Amino acid sequence: MTSFKIPTMAEMAAQGQQPEILFWVGCAGSFDERAQKITRDICKILHHVGISYAVLGTEESCTGDPAKRAGNEFLFQMQAMTNIEVLNAYNIKKIVTGCPHCFNTIRNEYPGLGGSYEVIHHTQLIQQLIDEGKLKAEGGESFKGKKITFHDPCYLGRANNVYEAPRAALEILDTELVEMKRCKSNGLCCGAGGGQMFKEPEAGKKEINMERMQDVIEAKADIIASGCPFCMTMLSDGVKHQDKEGEIQVLDIAEITVRANGL
Amino acid sequence: MIAQAIFIIILGVAVYLFAKNAGKIRRNILLGKDVDRNDQPALRWKIMAKVALGQTKMVKRPVAAVMHFFIYVGFVIINLEVLEIMIDGIFGSHRIFSRPLGGLYGLLISAFEVLAVLVFTACVVFLCRRNIVRLKRFSGTEMTKWPKSDANYILCIEILLMTAFLTMNAADYKLQLLHFEHYVKAGSFPVSSLIAPLLPDSAGALVILERGCWWFHIIGILAFLNYLPYSKHFHILLAFPNVYYSNLNEKGKFTNMASVTNEVKAMLDPAFVPANTGEPARFGAKDVTDLTWKNLMEAYTCTECGRCTSVCPANITGKLLSPRKIMMDTRDRLTEVGNNLDKHGKDHDDGKSLLDNYISREELWACTTCNACTDACPVNINPLEIITEMRRYVVMEESQAPASLNNMFSNVENNGAPWKYSQADRLNWAENN
Repeated sequence: MTSFKIPTMAEMAAQGQQPEILFWVGCAGSFDERAQKITRDICKILHHVGISYAVLGTEESCTGDPAKRAGNEFLFQMQAMTNIEVLNAYNIKKIVTGCPHCFNTIRNEYPGLGGSYEVIHHTQLIQQLIDEGKLKAEGGESFKGKKITFHDPCYLGRANNVYEAPRAALEILDTELVEMKRCKSNGLCCGAGGGQMFKEPEAGKKEINMERMQDVIEAKADIIASGCPFCMTMLSDGVKHQDKEGEIQVLDIAEITVRANGL
Repeated sequence: MIAQAIFIIILGVAVYLFAKNAGKIRRNILLGKDVDRNDQPALRWKIMAKVALGQTKMVKRPVAAVMHFFIYVGFVIINLEVLEIMIDGIFGSHRIFSRPLGGLYGLLISAFEVLAVLVFTACVVFLCRRNIVRLKRFSGTEMTKWPKSDANYILCIEILLMTAFLTMNAADYKLQLLHFEHYVKAGSFPVSSLIAPLLPDSAGALVILERGCWWFHIIGILAFLNYLPYSKHFHILLAFPNVYYSNLNEKGKFTNMASVTNEVKAMLDPAFVPANTGEPARFGAKDVTDLTWKNLMEAYTCTECGRCTSVCPANITGKLLSPRKIMMDTRDRLTEVGNNLDKHGKDHDDGKSLLDNYISREELWACTTCNACTDACPVNINPLEIITEMRRYVVMEESQAPASLNNMFSNVENNGAPWKYSQADRLNWAENN
């Protein structure tokens, strides 16, 4: 629950206001219980630093990413064009997303269909705010003595070369940032991409998220940080399967930032 | 004179046959659909210099990178020597560069010899990695008998060529010391002078040895040239154009299908009149000819190193998918399509296709589109694009997506989310928690 009201585009437009940035929440961020918490934390950060922002609320719809990766280009373009119509009608210029998949799709694939915006991922926003001195890591929970590792979401890292922003958000904590053996451009997928989130995996000898847990355990991390709601699900499941829920936490960069600042 | 004539005939036949087979590969590549990869030439040259010429993507695996660099530099530089051999062969001269180049010639020959030893060593190390250490990367379902033999043949041929080159120099060096006939003092032989004591002392035997190695070396090179079009080793030529025509977009950007855009626009706006894009009626790829020429060029460029497969999350966890197999299957099917064209003409249908006859649906659906394979490839090959195109065919032409994905599609279509939640509840996270 947030102590403040979440502004929607419709309300702002009705009052003749234009927010500086649109927060694209995404489907997971809207409906998945765990991701909803992260969504509220992103709003807390936006509210805390006083950026004027709004969400689309019920006017937001799936970007079409899972359809596109799974080969359904029709459905993707239907979604894309409908969304672009809404975004352009509100004269949106800048978007921050809570999900690397939405980030990638709107940033790279919407321009060709008539939707050109400046798109950033929430970890990039956090990095910018840190650089501008608007966000620090004080007044909240201390992460001292904890080992944190960052799991690179494929659609943030390899797909868009964003490796440093999420790490910048962790580097300001008084903690040890450890890298897994497969990190950055060598990072191992959590197993959810390409539509896998919505289907059973093909037959094999193990699950991809369990393979990833080996890297986490080897790195001796107490906290796995991520920036993707799908990675969040896969990694949390992995931790659960390893019976490590008491030892290893999976947290989004936004949650860590909110905790560190006591927001 | 006879030797010159024989040389010229062999050279002519070798070049002709190579040109013919390379031409077939070019024709096969051009069976693919058009895609524009001629934009931003300055950037393209830069990437080619860095990735192909500079081999920057090899460094992730340092041992292979150093060994491969020896062979690569050896190959490129020793070709200068091959140029001399060609001229000598045609004009019946002996070490024609020695006089005009003077002292530089000695330096060059020394460099060639050192490189020859490095190439030799690297090839031996590579053979050990494949056959004794048996690195996991070099095995897998697609690494059947032929791909494994192909790799070993290449390495053995290179070892033989380097041996012949050094033996030839050693014999020449010994003949020079004997001041025998036209074997004038030319070059400097830091390596072969060490082998020389092992060779016979009689001038006659040395001449036979020198000439024998000379012929073996050059015929070997010409034969190897003609082996290339049948081998994964073709990468030594295609790596450069393949990297030049790399995808310059962010890896996460998948193509927006123009044919679909037209249909969607027409659906959303009945007044929309689509521009004629000349796109074929088929959505996605069922067979190799549905792919772009770039996909097909990549298939011929692949040298089956397996870096893609070794980082593929699906493959690592025991799924059937192997990005290397995707490339090899594409190449093998394209070769088959090309052979059909040669044998039966244009409109022949062999009833086979890349999908199902080569690549199974199980492989396609195992991909997480994580781009690990495209990142790992030292020559910027993109197996993911082929997988995506084939998924598009399966989904849009056949409606054969796995049931769970069909559920996801219908959720997106009806509720605007991949799960069965009402769009009206989309802002609930802000209110009732």
